[in-house]
Amino acid sequence: MSEIVKFSRPAGFFPKFERRPGPNKTNMHYCPGCGHGILHKLIAEAIADMGIKDRAVIVCPVGCSVFAYYYFDCHSVECAHGRAPAVATAFSRTDPENVVIGYQGDGDLASIGFNHILQAANRGENMVVFFVNNAIYGMTGGQMAPTTLVGQKTVTSPNGRTILDSGYPIKVAEMIAQFEAPVYVERCALSSVKNIMTARRAVRKAIQNTIDKKGFSFVEFLSGCPINLKMKAKEMNEFLDTKMSQYYPLGLKKDVSAEREAIVRAEPIYDADKVKELLFPVETERAVDDDFQYKSEVFDQERSVKICGFGGQGVLSLGHVIATVGKLRNFNVSWLPSYGPEMRGGTANCSIVFSRGPIGSPQADFNCSMMVCLNQPSVDKFLGQLAEGGVLIYDTSTITLPELSADKTVYGINAGEIAEQLGDLRVANSVILGLIARMMQDCFMNEDEKADVDCAMIESLKENYGKKPAVLELNIKAYNIGKTADIVCKGARVSK
Amino acid sequence: MAKRTNKILLKGNEAVVYGALLAGCEAYFGYPITPASEIAHASAKLFPALGRTFIQAECEIASINMVYGAAAAGRRCMTASSGLGISLKQEGVSYIAGAELPCVIADIMRGGPGLGNIAPEQSDYNQVVKGGGHGGYKVIVLAPGSVQEMCELTMLAFDLADEYRMPVYVLTDGMIGQMMEKLELPEPRPRRAPQSWALNRVNETKNCVSSIYMEPKDLEELNIRLNKKYAEICAKEQRAELYKMDDAEYAFVAYGISSRMARTAADILRAEGIKIGMIRPQTLFPFPVNAMKQAADNGIKQFISVEMSNGMMIDDIRLAIECKVPVTLLNRMGGNVPSVEEIVKRAKEQIGGCTNV
Amino acid sequence: MEARKAKVFRCDIASEECKGCERCVAACPKGVLSMGTKLNQMGVTFATYQGSGCIGCGGCFYSCPEPGAITIVEIVEEN
Repeated sequence: MSEIVKFSRPAGFFPKFERRPGPNKTNMHYCPGCGHGILHKLIAEAIADMGIKDRAVIVCPVGCSVFAYYYFDCHSVECAHGRAPAVATAFSRTDPENVVIGYQGDGDLASIGFNHILQAANRGENMVVFFVNNAIYGMTGGQMAPTTLVGQKTVTSPNGRTILDSGYPIKVAEMIAQFEAPVYVERCALSSVKNIMTARRAVRKAIQNTIDKKGFSFVEFLSGCPINLKMKAKEMNEFLDTKMSQYYPLGLKKDVSAEREAIVRAEPIYDADKVKELLFPVETERAVDDDFQYKSEVFDQERSVKICGFGGQGVLSLGHVIATVGKLRNFNVSWLPSYGPEMRGGTANCSIVFSRGPIGSPQADFNCSMMVCLNQPSVDKFLGQLAEGGVLIYDTSTITLPELSADKTVYGINAGEIAEQLGDLRVANSVILGLIARMMQDCFMNEDEKADVDCAMIESLKENYGKKPAVLELNIKAYNIGKTADIVCKGARVSK
Repeated sequence: MAKRTNKILLKGNEAVVYGALLAGCEAYFGYPITPASEIAHASAKLFPALGRTFIQAECEIASINMVYGAAAAGRRCMTASSGLGISLKQEGVSYIAGAELPCVIADIMRGGPGLGNIAPEQSDYNQVVKGGGHGGYKVIVLAPGSVQEMCELTMLAFDLADEYRMPVYVLTDGMIGQMMEKLELPEPRPRRAPQSWALNRVNETKNCVSSIYMEPKDLEELNIRLNKKYAEICAKEQRAELYKMDDAEYAFVAYGISSRMARTAADILRAEGIKIGMIRPQTLFPFPVNAMKQAADNGIKQFISVEMSNGMMIDDIRLAIECKVPVTLLNRMGGNVPSVEEIVKRAKEQIGGCTNV
Repeated sequence: MEARKAKVFRCDIASEECKGCERCVAACPKGVLSMGTKLNQMGVTFATYQGSGCIGCGGCFYSCPEPGAITIVEIVEEN
């Protein structure tokens, strides 16, 4: 005589449940007759039979199955209530070879975390979610679940669930099946042997889909909670096979796994050269070295520039071009936009600060060394912030200047009109850039620097617009006109 | 191949992403929110360009739980948000702290409470520096004050997160996030090998990540272990920049954008003969207690907390110096950044009055 | 040709693993399982096999929520 074991403790369970506190290390924490135990057995058996113990990750919920990680002989993670699909998503995305198995109850999945399951399903994450619907909150003591049947009594629906107060029980499998992305959706019942064997096939089919990287598979299990529903095994099965199955019809809701291609995800790159190729910019050809510094006195102190105007006038990009000049000529430089509703409202301004040392305030809110005004409201609003001895640059086509104190220097140009003639109002800011270069040459720079400033400005335009040659060409043209056109200039620094 | 340079003009928010990728961050999960959105924008472009994971999650809660998952899988990972978004993430941060997982969270603060506004504030101080979520946990909080630091401290954040197995925040305000500065990019780091505890296929042991300890004895043990770790961090990881403190009689204490304003204000006040310096915490947890104590011992007559919140940091300063010297508050709220002018004016008044607020 | 001999199975119930839910009793198509009268150490009456009649279908095994409470073995007579 010999014996062949036909059915025994599945090898997908740990031989001993060492993580379970207390003396009992062989059976589970579930109540007598609980459907979780049945489903655990089906999953454990599948994990072993399908050879995925080394790459399966069980993502455990909050609810009665919160301790599922006591049992399965694979990696497991315990999540916050309802968040398992988000956690599972990360496992699937960061290692596509993981076989990610989400396990959730009805309160967890269909109430507090409903958005997460719908979104993960809709993204088609490569994972399987096993959803245990027992129509009640088990762990917290028998409260009404989103899937509690109409009329069903629970401790929070003591007179039976009403549609008026709680709406209809949610048919999750049908909802998931409505999305395009999921590949396989089925509802089973952990009731009669026949239904349990159908559930067994569904578990395997869903896991196989995940192994094959087909995307999102979902199986809902109608399951018994004999303690909270106060039913014996037979009565429980009858409840599942009649009342529950009537409202939640069993069967396949969707299966497109045969026609779906496996999901392919890119291999991550960590090679230092490739990382640098992406992040480190191509060096702009510069006329100067890394240790080059302008010598004129004006550059000895920190200098702040404010540029202000209407949203569409290229205020921020002019600021960026000027900041880039600072970078290319080895200054520390900051650029600060006004942001938020102010920008959306139409007015825009930005501050640029140049310094040899560390920059303090990046905001040119008082003591501006140079202010560029491109419309009348900005003159009215900001002119008071111009420092003693400061320079005002403005567009004569739109602005009427008030009287300025004698210490100020003013440079104006008909930037709007010039840009219009060039066929693109947006290049008015490069006309202004030309004017700024001219002002710097006239007022502040020594001979060497005068020669360099054009180089620096053009280098900056190249760095900012170089990817679009036609745009660059037009901006350089505008810059050159700004350098030569008729201008208004007066005030303290103007020698003539 | 074209010659490349490590000098670049970046927004503070973008510099976080550069720092993350240079530090070998493998996954970014986020949800759009002003003024942190540029972090998501740059991540959406740059993470996939290196084959790394980027997901725009369905909500803040999902994004922090994705971080929980990726961290449990042994991946360097991060998320970013601001104010109300951080409030939503707090449950997840508590789980990450309880499960002792490393991750990086960038918080680019905006105005509160409630929907508040999108202008810069520093009112997430308490909800970040003091833990924020449920349970007695702490997070390391780094406080960059420049775009260079946005990059460098993000890189450091990943290292500290790994070293101590805990969440590390990069906490700054909308203005540091939105401003652009020249910075020098550090060299990229190699990919970090997965830790032995991670749920990673390369590990032979069947690992479990969880923050549940049903036995009060076990949960107390966890708390004791965590607090030991926090004490070690307090001893080893305090960071602060001292600006003109050598001969200072007064000291600003400021981080983020207000430290930039205070720096310029200090220069102006010194030009007027007032010997003031600045202690700029680069870590808010651990708070730079040693630097504060040292300054108090060296005879600082008054500390002025320059902050964009309702005195949240002032308590930490007082505790650090054991209330030996007056600490006054120089703050703005509601999305207003104190201007240099205002700081100069109010500092003079406060020094003159010298009453403990 | 010799008539094929019917296979013989046995249902082993580990009494200390059983929580007495009676699912196996409900699942058995042959009615060879029943609830006993003795208590195990947990204090529940556990299921018992009557000693013969098991057809090895596995219905009780899959209906049982406990991992190791039920084992089904086939008894092979060696010639």
